[in-house]
This record gives sequence, structure tokens and C-alpha cells, in this order.
Amino acid sequence: MPLLDIKNLSVEFTTRAGTFRAVDGIDLTVDEGEVVGIVGESGSGKSVTSLAVMGLLGSNGRVVADRMMFAGNDLLTMPAAQRRKITGKDVAMVFQEPMTSLNPCFTVGFQIMETLRVHEGLSGKALRNRAIALLEQVGIPAPETRLSAFPHQLSGGMSQRVMIAIAIACNPRLLVADEPTTALDVTIQKQILDLLVHLQRERGMALILITHDMGVVAETAQRVVVMYAGQVAETRPVHSLFERPRHPYTGALLDALPERALGKRRLPTIPGMVPGIADRPAGCLFSPRCRFADARCRAERPALFDVDDGRARCFYPLPDGHPAAGEAL
Amino acid sequence: MTTETQPQTEPHIFEATAGSSVVLEARDLRKHYAVKRGAFKPMATVKALDGVSFRLQAGRTLAVVGESGCGKSTLARSVTMIEPPTSGELLYDGREVVGRSAAEMKELRRTVQMVFQNPYGSLNPRKTVGSILTEPLVINTDMDKHERRDRAVAMMGKVGLRPDQVDRYPHMFSGGQRQRIAIARALMLNPRVVVADEPVSALDVSIQAQVLNLMMDLQEELNLAYLFISHDLSVVRHIADSLMVMYLGKPVEHGAKDVVFTRPRHPYTRILLAATPRVNPELRVDRVVPKGELPSPLNPPPGCAFHKRCPFATDRCATEVPPLRPVDERLVACHYAEEMN
Repeated sequence: MPLLDIKNLSVEFTTRAGTFRAVDGIDLTVDEGEVVGIVGESGSGKSVTSLAVMGLLGSNGRVVADRMMFAGNDLLTMPAAQRRKITGKDVAMVFQEPMTSLNPCFTVGFQIMETLRVHEGLSGKALRNRAIALLEQVGIPAPETRLSAFPHQLSGGMSQRVMIAIAIACNPRLLVADEPTTALDVTIQKQILDLLVHLQRERGMALILITHDMGVVAETAQRVVVMYAGQVAETRPVHSLFERPRHPYTGALLDALPERALGKRRLPTIPGMVPGIADRPAGCLFSPRCRFADARCRAERPALFDVDDGRARCFYPLPDGHPAAGEAL
Repeated sequence: MTTETQPQTEPHIFEATAGSSVVLEARDLRKHYAVKRGAFKPMATVKALDGVSFRLQAGRTLAVVGESGCGKSTLARSVTMIEPPTSGELLYDGREVVGRSAAEMKELRRTVQMVFQNPYGSLNPRKTVGSILTEPLVINTDMDKHERRDRAVAMMGKVGLRPDQVDRYPHMFSGGQRQRIAIARALMLNPRVVVADEPVSALDVSIQAQVLNLMMDLQEELNLAYLFISHDLSVVRHIADSLMVMYLGKPVEHGAKDVVFTRPRHPYTRILLAATPRVNPELRVDRVVPKGELPSPLNPPPGCAFHKRCPFATDRCATEVPPLRPVDERLVACHYAEEMN
């Protein structure tokens, strides 16, 4: 049984302009100790998915799902008080902006110890020692003195290390990291990713890594979920996805990377933009931007079909990272 | 406080290919800020920019890379004359900039324009695209209203925006379109040099590719010189002709793109290259894991500023500042540049 098992999850937001479906029927499973990467452009619903898993959506967000199980507990029917016991303890999250995620009014030590006090009931010397040990584990030099530091005294990389220390304080079984390195320099990004992977291996915890950076996913994840406009476009093991993408969107996204265009002057682009609230196409959501779309794609929404070692939401999955001859051009 | 580099009378300047004319030259550019450290402590000096020299030719792109705090943005602010440099020379088309009268400065400023990182913050939300684009013309030219509007509409077409969007406000555009507006605004006065400070880092991959293509097309068409500031080495590798790697206000490696990317000679360049995540497993470099963080510019380490994070540092690096010197077709500031390969 997977650790996290989500079937047909949708998240709707009610705004003055009407109801907007930010996440549209996604399935997501994460096994114990697995690293799953979720990639997508802004507006693809990747962050909303993670907030739904954490139960952190605002009051205007409505979560609907056929199944949403975490370690045998049904997250949909669970009372809020019981869910709060899981959130922050068994499922923890690292947010994108380390500089704004920490409370500027409290010391680093207080914020780490708060988690331990609430979930583990520690106090006094034991509490302090655990906090110091945690700071040490995330690679903060001189942890005893750092306990009394305020967030503004820390660099971005150090703040993110503190956030990770808070997240792993109660030995979570699943860690959700939402763009954990986007605001950081490449050298610090490398350090933080190495730290996350090291902790994940050492503790055997599952990790969901949400990012827009294909390189980060390629180097870190075992399995990748590519999201587009609130849906799963493709889900595959990391190596085969980057070697032979089956969904035209994944293929186009990889082609647009400067790294893949060495020697070429112009970068291949994807025309148009991600559809917004008002302009959802009737057929496949990617069809207006897809080079290979035909009449069927424009009229009918494709389901997630099985393709060799994963699934892709496309009627004509690319056979070899490229379209088959004579098909759908 | 620390070992001072002797001011070089003739600083080494990396010479790119011959042929096209040099439109922008910086000679030993320095920008120092005095900062208060507390009521009773003496003022400290932050050397945000400490001896940067380069030549930029028409139709070429010089990329400046480095971590935050390395002086990239200070360089952009000095070159665009948003802030005058503390010392050093800045020449546009061979004409010295520093120390000119206000009227002459106004004239010279037109040759260099800037595109900022965040298209959500750099466009005034209360102005239409039309008035954003015509504002530089109002201030700097005596064109009449119709002429200005015609110029704005023509520029919108050039950057791939529909002319009928001229009366729209910035919030009605996506991030990629806003960056097109910012680029259009920078080009309204026909500059020779465009300083682009992280122009694509706030954009999604597919949009990033569109904006990079646009910038390359415009460069070709208008023979623009770009000073392209970025932290993303794969973007830099795609767009740049030459590359300057900066660390704590100083260039540590400066040379033609292919030379620096294929045979980096400074340990810091190697670390930056190794830390860049790659999609293609074959391109992943042997992992030189970066240690530590950028030291405080208030209290830079003695000797080579990088020695505390450098895996190859020796005692010599802790005491002696390595000068920027020519090694293997590029300039590099490392005592052991010859042995790095």
C-alpha cells in the first residue's frame, strides 16, 4: 500500500469571477521512501496540489477526491483536530520563500522548539538539545548560538536550512518541498538539494519535490509527474521521461531548455500560454499549443493512457520523443 | 585591514574578436559604499565593485554571472549611471562618462538602457502600455503626440505584441508579455547598449525561450550590445559571446564563452558549472560540492576572497591576493590557474 494515495483529486476556488478549478482530477501515489518530482509551469496546479495534501488551503478552496489516504488514514473524512496531529508531524512541508516563511518576531530556536513542544510534548533541556541536534543535522555551524538568532540575521540558504530543520523535527514519513531552492543561488541550491536527498535516504522518508526546474527534478527525483493546467500530463520514471518523453508537452518543455539547444541559435518555443480561467479549450487542454493536435484532440479530452512504463494524457503519445511518421501532423 | 591590491595603471582587459566597434568600455570600475555598523563604531566600507574592466562590442553579449552579493547588480547600476562609480573610467563610444555636466549626461544616458528582472514590479500598474512606451520620448525628444504614439505602436510590433493592445494596462498581460513591454521600453530611444539584469529568471521555461529568442532577434536586427546579468549558466551559455564570472566584487574569470565553459580555469567557475542542475546525465560534471556561503563583504577574507570555500586552497591563497592575469586565452584570478584542468 502506498504511503500517500490520492485518486481523482480536484481543487476548486470560488472567486467573484466564478468557480475556478485549479487542480482537475489528478491521481498521485507516493511510496514509502520514494522521491517524486512534480514539475510544471506557473498555474499548472502543482502548489495547490501540495497545499491540498497538507490541508492548508484557504476557506475558498474546495477539495474533492475519490480517495485521499495517508498511511491508512482517510484525510477526507478525518476530523480537523486529528488531522492537525498528522500535519507537521507525519507530513511536513518546506515552503518556497525561506525569508518570508519564518516568523520574523521569534527566534529560530523558538520556532523549531514550537513544533517539538506541540507534537512530541518535549520541554526543558531535552527540547533544547533536540533543537540543537536538528540544526546540526541540517548543517548550520555553531548551532547553540544560532538558537537565539532571529530570521533576519540569517542568509537565504541558512533560513531554508532552518525551515528544513523544523520540517524534519518530528521525523515525518512524508516531506513536501514546494520549490525549496527557487529563491537561492545555484551553489546554495546544490547544498540544499544534497541535504534533502541525504535526509531522505538516511531516514527513509518519502519526498515530494515540487519545482519548475527540469534540471533539479532530473537530478533528484525517482519518478516525475508533469502537470499542465491542473492535470497530470505525464507520469514516468525519471530516466525514461527525460530520455524519451511521450507527451508532446513534456517534449516541447524539454526542447525549450537552453541546455538541450547547444549549437542551435534559436530555442524551440511553445506558442501561446497556459489556458486561464476563461479560455479552457473543449478538447485536450494542450491542443491549442500542440504541434501535433488534430480534430480529435480539439474536440475530445484525452484520458491518462498507459504508455510503456508510465502514463500520458495524449491520444497520440510520441513514440520516440518525436511524432511517428504520417501521424497527426 | 586586508592586503590591498595595488591599483593597476593599465588593467588587463579581455579583448574579444576584432571587427565590430567597442560601444562600452569600463576601466577598473569601483563602487564602494560606506555603511554604518552601529552608533559608536567607525563606518565600514563595502567594496561592492572592486576593479572591473571589460570591453563590449556592438552586436555582442557579455554575460556577468555570480552569486547574489557578488556585485552583478552594482555593476549594472554603475554602467547605466543610476549611481556613479567611486572610481574608474566608463566610456561610451570612446567618450568618457564620469565627470560630465548634467546636460551631457542626459544625452549619454540614452545610449544605454536597462531591462529589469521582475516584469511584475518594473512596470507602473497605473499606466497603459502606450504611455509606458512613450514616456522616454516625452522626456528626451521633442516629438509630437502622434509621432510618439506611432513609434510606440511600431515598437510593440517589433517585440511581438499586438498594436491594438496599446491602451491596455500591465496587469492584463502575462509575465512573458510584460517582459516584452519592458524590452520595448528599453529600446524606445534607440540605445546602443542594453543592460539586462536577470531578464528571464522570473519566467517559465517555455516563456523564457520566447524572450531569449526575441532578445537575440533584436540584437541581430539593431546591432545591440547586451550586458546580460544572470545566475543561470545554461541561459548564459546559450546567449553570450563572452563571460565574466564575479566573486565578491571582483572578476575571477573573464573570457570567450566557449573557452570558459569547456576549460574553466578558476575553481569558482568549476563549482558554479558543477552546481548547475542538468537534465542530460552526460552533461553532469564531476561533483565539486560547493562549501559554505559568500563571505560578508564587510569583512572579506584576506588573500584570495574565495580561499575559504575553495577545495584547492593552499597557505599562499590565504595571504596573497591573486591578480587577474592572462592564462590560456582568458583572464583568470587564481594562483594555480595553470594547474586547473
